[in-house]
Amino acid sequence: MSTPQPSTSPAVFRRDKVFEFLIPKQVEDLDLSHGTALYLENISVNFDGFQAINGLNFYVNTGELRCLIGPNGAGKTTLMDIVTGKTRPDTGTAWFGQKINLLRMDEAEIAQAGIGRKFQKPTVFENLSVFDNLELSMAGTRKLWPTYRARLGSETLDRIEAMASTINLLPQIHALAGSLSHGQKQWLEIGMLIMQNPVLLLVDEPAAGMTHQEMDRTVELLTRLAGDHAIVVVEHDMDFVRALNSPVTVLHQGSVLAEGSMAEVQSNPDVMRVYLGTESSSC
Amino acid sequence: MSETSTTEQTTGIRPQRSRMSSILFILTLIALIIGVSVCNKLPAEHPLYVSNYMVTLLGKYLTYAILAVAVDLVWGYLGILSLGHAAFFALGGYVMGMHLMRQIGDRGVYGNPDLPDFMVFLNWTELPWYWLGSDHFAFTALMILLVPGLLAFLFGWFAFRSRVNGVYLSIITQALTYALMLAFFRNEMGFGGNNGLTDFRELLGFDLRSDDVRLGLFIASGVALLLVYLLCDSILRSRLGKVAIAIRDAEDRTRFIGYRVESVKLALFTLSAMIAGIAGALYVPQVGIINPGEFAPLNSIEVVVWVAIGGRGTLYGAVLGALGVNYAKTWFTGAFPEAWLFALGLLFVVVTLLLPRGVAGLLKFKRSSKAAS
Amino acid sequence: MSLTFHALQRLIRAASLLTLLAATCSIQTARADVQTGIDELDALFTQFVEGKGTQRTEALDALAALGREDTRELLNGILEGDLMLHKETDTIVWATAQGREYTMLSLDKQTDLGSDRKRRLSRLKVTNQLRGHLRSLIASLGLRSDDPVERLAAIDALMESPEDLPDDTLQDMLANETDSKVSDALLSLQARKLASSAQPEERLQALATLSDDLSNDSRSLVQNMAENDEDENVMTLAAQIARDQAAKVRLYAKAETVFFGLSLGSVLVLAAIGLAISFGVMGVINMAHGELIMLGAYCTWAMQQLMPNNLGLSLLLSIPVAFLFTGMIGILIERSVIRFLYGRPLETLLATFGISLILQQLVRTFISSQNVPVANPAFMSGVLEVNSVLSLTLNRLYILAFCLIVFAMLLVLLKRSRFGLEVRAVSQNRAMARAMGVPSARIDSLTFGLGAGIAGIAGVALSQLTNVGPNLGQAYIVDSFMVVVFGGVGNLWGTLISGMTLGIANKLMEPWAGAILAKILVLVFLIMFIQKRPRGLFPQRGRAVEAH
Repeated sequence: MSTPQPSTSPAVFRRDKVFEFLIPKQVEDLDLSHGTALYLENISVNFDGFQAINGLNFYVNTGELRCLIGPNGAGKTTLMDIVTGKTRPDTGTAWFGQKINLLRMDEAEIAQAGIGRKFQKPTVFENLSVFDNLELSMAGTRKLWPTYRARLGSETLDRIEAMASTINLLPQIHALAGSLSHGQKQWLEIGMLIMQNPVLLLVDEPAAGMTHQEMDRTVELLTRLAGDHAIVVVEHDMDFVRALNSPVTVLHQGSVLAEGSMAEVQSNPDVMRVYLGTESSSC
Repeated sequence: MSETSTTEQTTGIRPQRSRMSSILFILTLIALIIGVSVCNKLPAEHPLYVSNYMVTLLGKYLTYAILAVAVDLVWGYLGILSLGHAAFFALGGYVMGMHLMRQIGDRGVYGNPDLPDFMVFLNWTELPWYWLGSDHFAFTALMILLVPGLLAFLFGWFAFRSRVNGVYLSIITQALTYALMLAFFRNEMGFGGNNGLTDFRELLGFDLRSDDVRLGLFIASGVALLLVYLLCDSILRSRLGKVAIAIRDAEDRTRFIGYRVESVKLALFTLSAMIAGIAGALYVPQVGIINPGEFAPLNSIEVVVWVAIGGRGTLYGAVLGALGVNYAKTWFTGAFPEAWLFALGLLFVVVTLLLPRGVAGLLKFKRSSKAAS
Repeated sequence: MSLTFHALQRLIRAASLLTLLAATCSIQTARADVQTGIDELDALFTQFVEGKGTQRTEALDALAALGREDTRELLNGILEGDLMLHKETDTIVWATAQGREYTMLSLDKQTDLGSDRKRRLSRLKVTNQLRGHLRSLIASLGLRSDDPVERLAAIDALMESPEDLPDDTLQDMLANETDSKVSDALLSLQARKLASSAQPEERLQALATLSDDLSNDSRSLVQNMAENDEDENVMTLAAQIARDQAAKVRLYAKAETVFFGLSLGSVLVLAAIGLAISFGVMGVINMAHGELIMLGAYCTWAMQQLMPNNLGLSLLLSIPVAFLFTGMIGILIERSVIRFLYGRPLETLLATFGISLILQQLVRTFISSQNVPVANPAFMSGVLEVNSVLSLTLNRLYILAFCLIVFAMLLVLLKRSRFGLEVRAVSQNRAMARAMGVPSARIDSLTFGLGAGIAGIAGVALSQLTNVGPNLGQAYIVDSFMVVVFGGVGNLWGTLISGMTLGIANKLMEPWAGAILAKILVLVFLIMFIQKRPRGLFPQRGRAVEAH
């Protein structure tokens, strides 16, 4: 806790130090005026002695497309868990824009604030149709009563149809999501993510299980989305990362090992050691 | 309705959902209510005559069906396997029972105008505070919803917020009903202890033992089932219903697209408990007694079996299951009392192993395979 | 023993030849003699039956002084009314009621005198005063018995009226007593005598002994001295000892509560630990677990039916029999139902519940819907008396020990054996375990069978504590799940600690809340606890768990 916490309240009233339930829930408007969408500072997470994240600092600019690579167990998925509220870090701060403290919000609030996530294993609602999947994820109210009263307007139908054709699922629009192939589920999940209209997208291994053509289309889609959205892509497939042609951050043992373009990172001796096991480790 | 006809594409994409099964179900239910009422009024020697005993029996089954719909709402659509729904049912029943006890007035064995017999027997001198107001029907009607609803709300508030899931939730709901059963067995609770509440005489001035009133209660149960069905159906057809299914199938995913899973669960669980309370309140005047045995964990699990057999995830399946299994139970316990538990036990095993979607699932499967060919 | 005998002669005040002679004299004046069949007793009984007031007391004293082997038996017979007068023959007989008649036995118990109608016999009249006298005579006779147990009983009888025992007799006995329990009892008898002494020093001395004695009358004696003694020193000391004793009694009461709690806890742990295996290691919810416990209890019953004359052995044999029997049933359940439902815990829950109904009904149909009698062998009944305030019932003590042994064996099995290694491998990563050649399907069956077998063992233990009937299992299923979930699923130590904690908590609350309310409170606490910490006291943490 060496870094002073940005706080809107005067020092006398440390409202962030009272009981949690007394703190008024104020979902601040997203403030991206400084051009940075995500600030992670000094984050550490420990799972029963396993240091998953270790003093990590990580920033994502608005509209930026960033690739996150690293060997297994480097902490990529844990990092996404922290940003989306699934895991609470032991130390550190996580801010979304200037005003939103992610560590004080749960998954639903974070999602509503504008962070979308695609899982490593494609998870769609298998017993709902493609249409329903897209309808549910579409940006809009999440409150109970309006959700109950929600009706399908023509604008909604248009959006869903447009998305279905973008992700190539228009023919299967009324099929159950469970009946789709693996690649189609990946696409559907990406479609659901975009329907949320998030400011920041976290995409975990989008290329897994895709053919080369599908991969190319995904690259195209992600590049097109960048600019309007900040995107963090976690990927193992180096061809895919190269194709995205964007800044790369290498994680190793829970902290950032290197940052830069793909070419820079590939020539970084630390990265070579970790990936190729030269010098210190024999294998 | 204008957008449906504007372009061909929008009509193409708007999901067409069949309402056939719902309409069929509602018509059947109305036909059943009217049919039984009419047949009950026929002369006793008429071949289509439905006896008063049968009317009360069917009325009881209908309240079970309401309970089954309540369980299906949370289990079939939301994935919450509650092993404690009989508790909400019994609570609704107790609230109604309290009102009926007060209606006895000074006609009880001890002739005390204020205190029910069992309190006089225990040498109590005044009504406990929680019996206040139970002599007003409107207050009772409110409590029938509030008591189970509040308990479910409090329970769910803690359980869903701390993300108690799956079997853990099932086990603590079972513990809840078990604890309530033990509590209601105590005389000190002021609910008649072991014997519960019984010897009811009238409701709203109508003699509960008269045949017309029994028919009236049957019709009331049928109408209640109809209304509950319509309410649940409207929820499940709405986007909220899709969110419920989404939660059932992938809870985390639902959270990550911004839905507050706890709130959805809490709202539907509370609603479901209230529906169970209504069922219990209609059940008690028809069977004439409510005792702590209604809280027994076995009862709750039996409800789950009705739903499982009928087909969870379809409302009419739950109703069919409740009616079918209870009819079988009545028949078995009359014909082979020994065999009922064997049959019930086998039903549990067979349905979970062979019919995961129940009888309704079987019908659906037949229909869709026919459509495919 | 000659000294004791000598002392006793003095103790029994009227035990002199003189009285004997006097008694014999008075008999001759009586109208009709009473027959006893034993010469030396005729006169005495005649005097007792027909004499008045002190004559009757004297007759008893004389009888006591005779020193016959059966003296105490005779005195007891008079006291209890087993000796009766057959009015037609004026004979004193041992009478036993049999329907509307008494069967009669001669006084020396050698000859059967047939039977007669009840009204033909009359009891020997004993006044309250005589009754007291009889008791003290019997006690005094007991003091010289060769059997320490009888001596102890005699001393206990004298505790009420210690002044009946002369000082020198007491000293003699103290000097010659070899049995430590008896001499302890003599010491506290002496303290009681000293407590009423006129000398303050002696009363102080009495207090020193009494302070170690926590029995009720000793404490009330001390309390009495603390309030009413004339001497101030005695009063202060007595008051302090009374306080100490009260504190000790409270402590022992606590200890007793804890023991009851541990005992209940051991039952909970036994009932839950099988579940901890099938639920914790395999993730299978077995609602038929309670019924497996019930079947284990029926195994005990069946073994006792097979060998009714050897209760102890049959109980010991029931343990392996129940383990194998319920274990086999468990494997059968796993093979026929559960293996089709892996990964679907809610369905498993329902299916096993159905099995539980079937098992219950099987027992009702083929054995009985009533409870069956299960006897406790001799070594299970009895108490371990720590002191006069704290005594522990042996059956609970054994079951506590049994629970710990079962737990330890299970722990060793899972942590040290090849089988345990394979079980843990399958539970952590099924695919990997299979890839390494672990026969996962067989391991599943065996693990489930192990859990079921332990349920059977728990049933054997429970059969010694509660009624054995078809509903036995239902009472334990909710509790067992609570124990497992409270302790943390997949953690055997957690199960042990949580079972013991819940047992103790239950018993601690019982005094002020009552048994049922205490149970309700524990349940409510557990419901709240699980909501606060869904993974129990000792959760398994880390990424592997999060992923579930």
